[in-house]
Amino acid sequence: MASTTSSIMDTLFQRTLEDLIKGLRLQLIGESAFISKALDEIRREIKSTDPHTKSNALQKLSYLSSLHHFDMSWAAFHVVEVMSSSRFSHKKIGYHAASLSFSDSTPVLLLITNQLRKDLTNPNNEFEVSLALECLSRIATTDLCRDLTPEIFTLLSSTKIFVRKKAIALVLRVFEKYPDAVKVCFKRLVENLDSTDPHIVSAVVGVFCELTSNDPKSYLPLAPEFYRILVDSKNNWVLIKMLKIFTKLVLLEPRLAKRVVEPVCEHMRRTGAKSLMFECVRTVVSSLSEYEQAVKLAVVKIRELLLDDDPNLRYLGLNALSIVAPKHLWAVLENKEVVIKWLSDEDPNIKRESLRLVMAMVSENNVVEICRVLVNYALKSDPEFCNEILGSILSTCSRNLYEIVNDFDWYVSLLGEMSRILHCQQGDEIENQLIDISMRVRDVRPELVRVGRDLLIDPALLSNHFLYRILSAAAWVSGEYVEFSRNPFELIEALLQPRTNLLPPSIRAIYIQSAFKVLIFCLHSYLLQRESTASSYPDTSALSELASKREMPEGSDLATFKAHSHSEQDEVFNPRVSNQSSEELSVGNGGGRTISHGQTSTPVTSENSFTYEAVVNQLNLIELALGPLTGSHDVEILERVRNLLCFIELIKGEILESLVQNEENLNSAEMKSSKIIKLMSDAFSEELGPVSVSAQERVPIPEGLALKENLNDLDMICGDIQLPSSISFSLVSTHYEEGVGASLPDLQSKEELEPPSEATSLLAEHRKRHGLYYLTSEKNDIVANDYPPANDPKLQDNQNNDTEDLVKLTEQLLVSKKRPNQAKPRPVVVKLDGDVVPVSAKRPGPKDDSLSGAVQEVLLGSDTKTSTSRSNPSDKSSSKRKGKEKLIIDPSSELNENLGDAEKLDRENPSSRRSKHRTHGKERRHKSPGKIREEREENGQKEKKKSSHRHARHKTRQRADVPLNVVSETPVIPDFLL
Amino acid sequence: MIRSVMVMNTQGKPRLAKFYDFQTVEKQQELIRSVFGVLCSRAENVSNFLDAASIFGPDSSLVYKHYATLYFVLVFDSSENELAMLDLIQVFVETLDKCFKNVCELDIVFNYSKIHTILDEMIFGGQVLETSSTELVKAVEEISRLESASNSITLVPKSVSGWRNR
Repeated sequence: MASTTSSIMDTLFQRTLEDLIKGLRLQLIGESAFISKALDEIRREIKSTDPHTKSNALQKLSYLSSLHHFDMSWAAFHVVEVMSSSRFSHKKIGYHAASLSFSDSTPVLLLITNQLRKDLTNPNNEFEVSLALECLSRIATTDLCRDLTPEIFTLLSSTKIFVRKKAIALVLRVFEKYPDAVKVCFKRLVENLDSTDPHIVSAVVGVFCELTSNDPKSYLPLAPEFYRILVDSKNNWVLIKMLKIFTKLVLLEPRLAKRVVEPVCEHMRRTGAKSLMFECVRTVVSSLSEYEQAVKLAVVKIRELLLDDDPNLRYLGLNALSIVAPKHLWAVLENKEVVIKWLSDEDPNIKRESLRLVMAMVSENNVVEICRVLVNYALKSDPEFCNEILGSILSTCSRNLYEIVNDFDWYVSLLGEMSRILHCQQGDEIENQLIDISMRVRDVRPELVRVGRDLLIDPALLSNHFLYRILSAAAWVSGEYVEFSRNPFELIEALLQPRTNLLPPSIRAIYIQSAFKVLIFCLHSYLLQRESTASSYPDTSALSELASKREMPEGSDLATFKAHSHSEQDEVFNPRVSNQSSEELSVGNGGGRTISHGQTSTPVTSENSFTYEAVVNQLNLIELALGPLTGSHDVEILERVRNLLCFIELIKGEILESLVQNEENLNSAEMKSSKIIKLMSDAFSEELGPVSVSAQERVPIPEGLALKENLNDLDMICGDIQLPSSISFSLVSTHYEEGVGASLPDLQSKEELEPPSEATSLLAEHRKRHGLYYLTSEKNDIVANDYPPANDPKLQDNQNNDTEDLVKLTEQLLVSKKRPNQAKPRPVVVKLDGDVVPVSAKRPGPKDDSLSGAVQEVLLGSDTKTSTSRSNPSDKSSSKRKGKEKLIIDPSSELNENLGDAEKLDRENPSSRRSKHRTHGKERRHKSPGKIREEREENGQKEKKKSSHRHARHKTRQRADVPLNVVSETPVIPDFLL
Repeated sequence: MIRSVMVMNTQGKPRLAKFYDFQTVEKQQELIRSVFGVLCSRAENVSNFLDAASIFGPDSSLVYKHYATLYFVLVFDSSENELAMLDLIQVFVETLDKCFKNVCELDIVFNYSKIHTILDEMIFGGQVLETSSTELVKAVEEISRLESASNSITLVPKSVSGWRNR
């Protein structure tokens, strides 16, 4: 009795959904409190035996779940109850709740099969059938699809359009979940293509569009039907779907393209609907781009879109243009002004799209101008777009090892300029490129050092943490290539300026290490200069005496240093003659000096500033600046500071003493410190080359090394210690380790312990080890040959060789003939095999293999073996694609090796110097065997695939006489086909 | 295929949310929130497309239309045409207008189930089945009639009989 009463009370006083919504809008107790109260009510009501109360509660629950995101999976069983109500309104609420909340893992799904079957076969109420169909389209599982396929099959030929179109649309989900349904339903689905009712056709075409987009190959045999619809249909929705289908099919069957191109163009010309017109344009540019006339028409239409007032059309126009760009760049160039104009559009979509197009237009001839324009835009843009611009400049210019960059001096200064842009957040990329360029492009180093210096000496930049990575690259470059610096002392001051304490420790360590390198260079030059003064070079000694008499102010600041360097430059020196192109000049001017110094220390500028006072000043400065850091908690900083300070300790005494001695009697060669300095400078002047990505693989595994041993324990121990910086700073730190870092600390520590006479042998030993452990001997050759060591006597011989200069000159002329726009030859960019990582172009195979197999079975007869070839289309194309890529990218690929090499040599010849290209060739030859083997294997695979494909085709041909029209390779068929 | 239909007001309150692949309620909330986050930052008179790949994964686009206080949003993949989707939003709004006579946000708030009925007639399992608002209105009216008929038949005798049996 009590339960009856409460049920009646509930029925009479239950809040409806409308009441709930009203209450929710007027509530005073807070939304979540109100809802939780309502949920309590619902929980009670939904258990009621009265179906009306129950369904009402479920409706409220659905509402809360859908718009207020409350989980309703707990009510799954009640949903089933309401679904089975005999009243339409309840049933509707139940089905709605089911499609809202059921997923594949809902357990009660097993209970609804019969209910669904009953509703699907309801002969009186088409709306109930429709409810069941709708719900199935959302929740159907494999089991449901399997069990209900017969009912759905019957509905596919229902006389009620309202039901039939929904059944057709449902087939998509059924096929996806239960591919075997294809055997039953496919034929009837295809028959519906011939229906006279536009709704039915539209639904079927929609289904086929979805099916085709996943696996176009299987539906190729239906091309004749599709073609008929494409030509005859007047419905824009249907036509759009048809175009989508043909976009896929045409790529598989070129002869189909020939047939389709005319009707597509016809639609494009005739239609008034922008959506259809755009779809035609998209079809042409993405799949029919070989047909000149069609593309031309499409480009005309694109231009109309670009000039439209509607931003949507402009956006889509740009979109289409960027599809066409890779194959028909002229289309973009024709619309250049418009595209650039939209760079300043207010719509971010349009801006982004036009930026992409602008980047597509970039070539080596216009890269300078375009980058200039873009940087100006970047300055004006909001931070987000600014970074997008900068990012795309960086990625475009660095593509294929800076393929489009001819003038690296320009590019490097552009990088410097970009780093100074206020919103620039591209630190990582700029850093990588600066270092990469410094190692690959020898000729640009002087400019690079200049750019680096400008960045380093600006204290304001140290407060922008986005720039830290760039600064670290600048510091590294300045240290590594200090010989090109105009004023090394200034560099030391910049590297040790007080504001560097803002830097993170890992970068600060690089600063200190660079300061070390610069110092070594200064000391070394100082010693050399003294030597040369001591020996008989009257002019240089006079110069240096002049310079050494100059008073150096104590603790001079940057400004005076700058002024100093400028004045010196004006007086005596050629500005940075180190540039290779003007080498003749330097040979003429200071031939003697270059001989004594070797090539790397050519810059005359620095030579005279290495006065005694300056050197001592620097030593003091370093001691002063780094003293406090000996207590640093960061191990990287600590180690470098200690190294540097100990080194100064070691040499300072003797340097100071040397003042007392008469310069003429100076026999510095015998000094202990000068030996150390020489040694260090040798160690630092070892050039670092780019390292191939695959270098590690070529290192033979030493005997007794168990690489496979489980290191999980180690992970556990080290896991929390690992510094993020070690990852983020990979490039520099690896080189550090490979080139200097590994050699330096142990060299030094040993130096401190052992008498210096042994140091030379240590170095030799280190080199031996270096060769052994870091790179194979083969690889070592490459690095060594690419860059002749600094003091290579052979090079010096070449310096005065006029004939060679002449040859170089003529070669330059040759180049300028080839590239008229180019002011100077493109410097050599060192390339390594491993640089080009083959892009893994593997496309995922068709998602539903079993589905396409089933479809092909139905279309091609009942041969189950077709399934072997069903995944072919994508496999084949992907392997083909991969092959092609290999040909372009991989210099060692069999076919193209000679050709590629010849081409490369051609290009490099003029500017490449001495044996460089020879070593290139060698390098390649060295490396090729492994690659070739790989290549062969791959070819083998390809062959296999091809043959299997051929096999499949063969099969198709055999079946060509089957009544179903099958597209095949035989040339006779297509004509009657279409 | 259409992945999702959303209607939300300019404060970010969802008024209609329909996802054609299963999403948990938490995920739905997150998606709606992130879509609104992008929508509300867009100016007027800019294009109606959004890059939805960051929200809905690869191969997804989004069009939206702003009517008075409401955003109508459609998310779909590459087998739909962007402009056609814009038209579809237009059809939807027209249908709403016909069903409610000068539709406003309140109509959508209070007619939860009718809105869903309209949408289900138009889009079925992610596929567009009906694009004519007249046909839509016809179907929806018929369904509503059936619904209220089944209710009125049942409600009165039920409560009366319940009363009598007491």
